[in-house]
Amino acid sequence: MEFLVASAIGILTASGLYLVLRLRTFPVIMGISLLTYAVNVFLFASGRLVIGAPPVLVKGVETYSDPLPQALVLTAIVISFGMTAVVVMIGLGAYLGSDDDHVNDPADEVAQRGDAS
Amino acid sequence: MSLFIIVALPFLGALLPGLMNTAGRAACAGVTFTVTAAALIGLLTNAPAVLSGQVVTAGFEWLPLLGLNVTLMLDGLGFFFACLILGIGLLIITYARFYLSRDDNMGEFFTYLLLFQGAMVGIVLSDNILLLLVFWELTSLSSFLLIGYWKHLPEGRQGARMALTVTGMGGLAMIGGMLMLGQIAGSYDLSVILQNREAIQESPLYLPALILILLGCFTKSAQFPFHFWLPHAMAAPTPVSAYLHSATMVKAGIFLMARMWPVLSGTPEWFVIVTTAGLVTMVLGAVIALFKHDLKALLAFSTVSHLGLITMLLGTGTAFGAMAAVFHILNHATFKAALFMSAGIVDHEAHTRDIRRLGGLRRLMPVTFVIATLAALSMAGIPLLNGFLSKEMMLEEAWRTELYGAPWLVPALATLGSLFSAAYCFRLIGHTFLGPVRDDYPARPHDPGAGMWLPPAILVVMVVVIGIAPFLAEPFVKLVTASVLGEAAEVPKAYFKIWHGLVPALYMSIAAVVGGLIVMAIFAPMLRLWDAAPRPEAKAIFDRLIAAVVRLAERIALPLHNGAFTRYGAVFAVTVFVVGYYAWSTGTVGPATRAPQPADPVAIAGWLMLVAATLGMVFLHRNRLLSLILIGIVGLMVSVGFVFFSAPDLAMTQITVEVVTIILLLLALNFLPNRTPIESTVLHRTRDAVVSVAGGLAATALAYHYLLRDAVVTPISEFHLANSYKGGGGTNVVNVILVDFRGFDTFGEIIVLGIAALLIYALTEALLNGPVRARLLNRLPDQPRAGDMHPMMMVILTRVTMPVVLMVGFFIFLRGHNEPGGGFIAGLVVSIAVVMQYMASGFGWASARLRYPYHGIIGTGVLIAGLTGIGSWFVGKPFMTTDFTYVRIPPFNEFELATAMLFDLGVFLTVVGAVMLSLESFSRLARRAHMPDVEHPMDIDPSRGDPPVASVPTPAKEGV
Repeated sequence: MEFLVASAIGILTASGLYLVLRLRTFPVIMGISLLTYAVNVFLFASGRLVIGAPPVLVKGVETYSDPLPQALVLTAIVISFGMTAVVVMIGLGAYLGSDDDHVNDPADEVAQRGDAS
Repeated sequence: MSLFIIVALPFLGALLPGLMNTAGRAACAGVTFTVTAAALIGLLTNAPAVLSGQVVTAGFEWLPLLGLNVTLMLDGLGFFFACLILGIGLLIITYARFYLSRDDNMGEFFTYLLLFQGAMVGIVLSDNILLLLVFWELTSLSSFLLIGYWKHLPEGRQGARMALTVTGMGGLAMIGGMLMLGQIAGSYDLSVILQNREAIQESPLYLPALILILLGCFTKSAQFPFHFWLPHAMAAPTPVSAYLHSATMVKAGIFLMARMWPVLSGTPEWFVIVTTAGLVTMVLGAVIALFKHDLKALLAFSTVSHLGLITMLLGTGTAFGAMAAVFHILNHATFKAALFMSAGIVDHEAHTRDIRRLGGLRRLMPVTFVIATLAALSMAGIPLLNGFLSKEMMLEEAWRTELYGAPWLVPALATLGSLFSAAYCFRLIGHTFLGPVRDDYPARPHDPGAGMWLPPAILVVMVVVIGIAPFLAEPFVKLVTASVLGEAAEVPKAYFKIWHGLVPALYMSIAAVVGGLIVMAIFAPMLRLWDAAPRPEAKAIFDRLIAAVVRLAERIALPLHNGAFTRYGAVFAVTVFVVGYYAWSTGTVGPATRAPQPADPVAIAGWLMLVAATLGMVFLHRNRLLSLILIGIVGLMVSVGFVFFSAPDLAMTQITVEVVTIILLLLALNFLPNRTPIESTVLHRTRDAVVSVAGGLAATALAYHYLLRDAVVTPISEFHLANSYKGGGGTNVVNVILVDFRGFDTFGEIIVLGIAALLIYALTEALLNGPVRARLLNRLPDQPRAGDMHPMMMVILTRVTMPVVLMVGFFIFLRGHNEPGGGFIAGLVVSIAVVMQYMASGFGWASARLRYPYHGIIGTGVLIAGLTGIGSWFVGKPFMTTDFTYVRIPPFNEFELATAMLFDLGVFLTVVGAVMLSLESFSRLARRAHMPDVEHPMDIDPSRGDPPVASVPTPAKEGV
């Protein structure tokens, strides 16, 4: 079970990284979303894997899963929605303004700045 | 009056002038005057205690762990400076009222002035050196605003920048010095530091701390080689020059040297550094001042020179020197502020400050002439005026000071400085006021109204009174000296007298005045010599220095930040990998402490779906719609995973967030291209794949290793589990953590969420008001649109489910404290219910029926959460303390009421507002010019009895 979760985190990270390194805004945003999943699951897993013991207190039950990572991840999920929305809006605004959804500055500008050295 | 109020008054009062701006200039100046007068009166109520030798204190702990406490202290020295700041402040405010023209924004000016005043009073009353640093930086900032007050003048802007750069750098150095000092003394409170003279002077950190603190003092007080910013600061309006750059701010460095005198002075290092800097500054300033043609520039360099004089006196490290310094601070403040105001009057009336274009003003401006002449003669050191007394004391101290083993050096240089000082005073009087009346003044000069000449006149009265009857000032100066000296030395017995007998100081004084007259006599040839001599121009050097720093920064920053963002991403990923690998290879891994759990088929099936969807996204990412569907599957599987691993709250949050995220991305995709073209080379893609796989393997390895080991340190989660019900009154520990244990975190997070939504709204507004608007309005859809945009089935279904969904949301909200649920999830559920209405009937129809603006909902939510937190103050508990009780209303069962629920309501409202505002902003972009306002919730409605086809709108119309 542990290996399944760990490898899922790894695959989400790898795919997220690959998409983040693409050249257009939309795949980059998708990649960031995948990385968000990876990070959230990673944080959640820091409470270790416990099956069938939700942190809702019941009389007579002694084992619960770790509630703290869950609380942290819960707000992280909501905040990441807000951040995704902002990034999408910025990307959209840039595209509508310039008809170009490249992540990088145009190649000639990049080369120019490199020459400053 | 409490010291807190004295410091706070100018800051609070700074709000008023701006408000009074429309009420007229008199009201604006009046309110500023009243605020300052109130602070001064408050200060004077403490006078009896201070004059009897007590130290008035007030304070509370602010950040005790950092040693940063708001502790204020009023002793003789602080009282003296606060009196100068507030007293001269009153005169300056009166003067400024008449000096500023109708075109100047008076409210802005007085706001800055009060901010400065508060910061300055804060410096001189601070007992905590960290607090002092805060005020210190505030004076630099407010001085920047005041120097650049006339924004249209390039000199003003450049002077303001230069002053901020120099004093800001000095401030940075001083922070370092102060931190060292606090480390040595073990406390950041001055009262403790001042008791630790031996410990501080013996510490190996003494010299670095001293140098850093002195850097701060020297930059602020314009000591050589940092003197050059002060003359350029003269681009400020004259009241500012008179207030900040002669009487108060530039004395802050001197104040600090005096404040630290008991612990820092008396060592050879202090003596050599401070005395040398003071002497050089004094002579250099005086020589340059003589050859300046601009009245204010002349006065600026003379200020530099006099600050050098005071610095030198503090540097000698003797009690007599300190007393002379205190006395000269008082005298300099009176005559120099009067002189600046006189210069301002001349400029105001004659429309020029160039000495070469002036002369003969004696007859035209008799009142100004008398004021300026008395003040200037005092500065020159003529008997019966106060400048003479402290200059005599300075010369006496210089006579006794031996620097670099040469007993003649200090007396000779002090005499030379006094000589040039006398010379430029005579030049100021002679070339401005004496001589024949000219007929080519830019404007006909005449004396101004009383509002402008009265403030300097009051100061000149003090100049004369102290000059004739020095015994009046003596007790006060000695009191201040006593608080400067602390326990390090005794106050000298010497009396303040005009006639000391035939002492060396008298001969030096006579030599200086006679020499000054001789210099005036041969001024013309000297000026030619001066103009011909090559000399470094401070501003040019400074500009070159800044340009060089900028070039260096560009050379480093631009190749790194070249705008290729994917490269940053790759560099970052590789760096994280390398650092992580280093930690991994150098650290140790303990043996596994947890047995791996067996994987059941359901888990494997879920894993397969997650992996397939994720890899599918990578391989099919060029089809954007498809990748959106796939990411939905990923999100769903993550939610299922949360359920599986005992996190029901997370699962509910994840799945609801998933819904709104997908809707949001769909809306965005509406405008973006549907496919991502192939642009990168195979090599490029291979490189990215290698980086990604390495990152993925690292993440897998890390996660796998810690999943098999217990935490090294006992987690704090046990505390939460044990106290959730007892202390928080809820059985859902995750929710209790969110609204109670970590309520402050949650409060911050909902604020961030609200700000994100407002940011999206603002960006949309900017887009819709910019050039994009036209393109959006005339955009043609790149794909065929649905004919039935608002299908009847969907409309009916969403209407019917709306109350049900709202009830579910309400239920989830209520049960959140004890069962999985809570404000976050309820907020998302309710948002989805509302979004469904938008989707079914279109943006226009839905928003026309919406009564509450989403901004307001966000604000209400944050306010409710904040007020709930503040509420605990009223019962004497810390911020965000919760309380709960159980009530029973028949016929219901007993249920719980907790203040945490109110907090959760705030969370709920903020989430609803933020989600809706974001989605609504996106859909506003989709509105187009020819889109008709939709009156009906659905396109085809049999109950309307319309002919079915005719009512279908044009195919170009769009949904949400």
